[in-house]
Amino acid sequence: MIRYIIRRVLWAVVLFLVVTFVTYVIFFVIPANPARQAAGKAATPEQIAAAAHRLGLDRPWYVQYEKFLDRLIVHQSLGHSFANRQNVNDIVANAAPVTASLVIGGAFFWMLLALPIGIFSALRPRSMIDRGAMIFVLIGISAHPVWIGLIFSYVFGYKLGWFPITGYSDFFNPPLGQEGGPWPWFHSMVLPWATFALLFSALYVRMIRANVTEALNEDYVRTARAKGAPESTVMRSHVLRNAMLPVVTMLGMDIGIGMGGAIFTESVYSLPGLGRTAVNGLFNFDLPTVQGIIVFVTIVIITMNLLVDLLYAWIDPRIRLA
Amino acid sequence: MALLDVKDLKTHFRTDDGIVKAVDGVSFSVEKGRTLGIVGESGSGKSVTCLTIMGLNNRRNTISSGEALWKGENLLTMSPRQLRDIRGNEIAMIFQDPMTSLNPVHTVGRQLVEAILLHQDVTKAAARARSLELLKAVGIPRAEQRIDDYPHQFSGGMRQRVMIAMALVNNPDLLIADEPTTALDVTTQAQILNLMKRLQNEFGSAIILITHDLGVVAEVADDVAVMYAARVQEEGDVRALFNRPNHPYTWGLLGSLPRLNQDVERLVQIKGQPPSLLFPPKGCRFHPRCPYVMPICRETEPELALVPEQEGLHRTRCHLDQATKDAEAQKVIAGTLAEAI
Repeated sequence: MIRYIIRRVLWAVVLFLVVTFVTYVIFFVIPANPARQAAGKAATPEQIAAAAHRLGLDRPWYVQYEKFLDRLIVHQSLGHSFANRQNVNDIVANAAPVTASLVIGGAFFWMLLALPIGIFSALRPRSMIDRGAMIFVLIGISAHPVWIGLIFSYVFGYKLGWFPITGYSDFFNPPLGQEGGPWPWFHSMVLPWATFALLFSALYVRMIRANVTEALNEDYVRTARAKGAPESTVMRSHVLRNAMLPVVTMLGMDIGIGMGGAIFTESVYSLPGLGRTAVNGLFNFDLPTVQGIIVFVTIVIITMNLLVDLLYAWIDPRIRLA
Repeated sequence: MALLDVKDLKTHFRTDDGIVKAVDGVSFSVEKGRTLGIVGESGSGKSVTCLTIMGLNNRRNTISSGEALWKGENLLTMSPRQLRDIRGNEIAMIFQDPMTSLNPVHTVGRQLVEAILLHQDVTKAAARARSLELLKAVGIPRAEQRIDDYPHQFSGGMRQRVMIAMALVNNPDLLIADEPTTALDVTTQAQILNLMKRLQNEFGSAIILITHDLGVVAEVADDVAVMYAARVQEEGDVRALFNRPNHPYTWGLLGSLPRLNQDVERLVQIKGQPPSLLFPPKGCRFHPRCPYVMPICRETEPELALVPEQEGLHRTRCHLDQATKDAEAQKVIAGTLAEAI
């Protein structure tokens, strides 16, 4: 077990180096001049050169990469934004809760939708609900979140006025002059959650349906019935307990992947999360911000995967980590 | 009154190709403490017969008719609740594949305890004690430790022992064993069969043993029913049937057994394939494969009739005259089978 964790952590370090390295290389391949951006529109060449020097852009990229690693490992700092010199740690710390709200709430939303539909379709194959669910799955998989987001905010936000059209209300510390707290937060997140969750709930309906169908045909389910167990016990203790094992793994991985997928939803609803911040950073050639977010998301995904593996070994007795 | 009395049982499955008559008018009875062996090829309907008795077929595509009287009450028309009270309690079942018949995510102890608590109003501790007792009775070594192990930590033979223990925890009156030794290697098979015989003496349960292995039947059964194409073709007391088999299909099964005292190039096999149960043949269901086929066999299905001059119950379904049957039967058993019983 300990050896397994050590091996996984070492792999995580390698993976982390590769990801950040590739981001650096890509950033320096882009024909852009962040110093010009930072120095302002009317800057003289001297001012631009000064800005470049101040940002460390006049040194070779590998020196910059080494400096980045040094800052990160020795000082636990992601550096400062090229655009406004803000501490990237703070930028990430401000944006992460927004994305976390979206992704975790979204995961809750999609499981709430996918579990009953998936289980019911498996129990009543070819029924109206099963066929309806398949149409839902097709739409969910085919439609792009940006399109869905625009439709939702037009219909439910603008036309019906049930929810805010865009924007985010902070749960704990709303900016001055804005409302905040649990209810406005929830209210502002409903449409983003629905948008974000649609694709995943479609995928999960299909996966849950397949898993439950498979489990229903297992010999041990027949054994349970032969023991005289009522259907509810058979479902809970034998069918779902087994059918949900792979779903738990997928959920953990998809929450990680969702961090990246949140970009579209955050853009449509102007949520100041990691995705939108990264996109804005990219438009400004703001390497430290983009890099900081990538580093953060990478760490989150790697940690999630590790947790999922450990959790899986715990809930599935057949897997014992050697 | 027989413990279980099956009368004209029919189980038909609706499929995309039509209606498969998997069991088509089967009757037999099981007496208290006796062992009935049901023999037949794959697809002859022997497993489905037992699944129907237990009510374990998929209800969505199954049509069952006839009667399965359990202590006088028809299992087929019982409410699900009544049937649940009998399943696993009065009638228990073990299955062919011990590798997949236990739930992989629960310990064997938990699965045994579940079986007890479903039918008995006892504490968990008492149920666990009873489970442990049964695991010891079926010969699981170090049962005190193994009770908290998961199924994948047991070998196939040990898992089948666990299945038997689980079937017996509630002292069932009838144990249905669906090819309990098919998935096991030969030495383990013998152990499991001996175990079942020993436990039958100890617990006094009746047994229905489904198998395609005549050797197994000869060893443990009191009565035999030979099934072919969804019907019983021959049935009777095990000695009567093995000493004087009266149906060409039974001869074929006996002839296909390997024998130690005869040198043969290859084993006898019954030519052809079992018929499709979507469109069973007209007349005798065995006639397309029967070497003794007569014109009448193609037209009229013979009744399941008593074999004349026979002690005990022995019935068969064949048009051949008795002299030919007896002459052929003697040829078939000339080698070995008398000794096997």
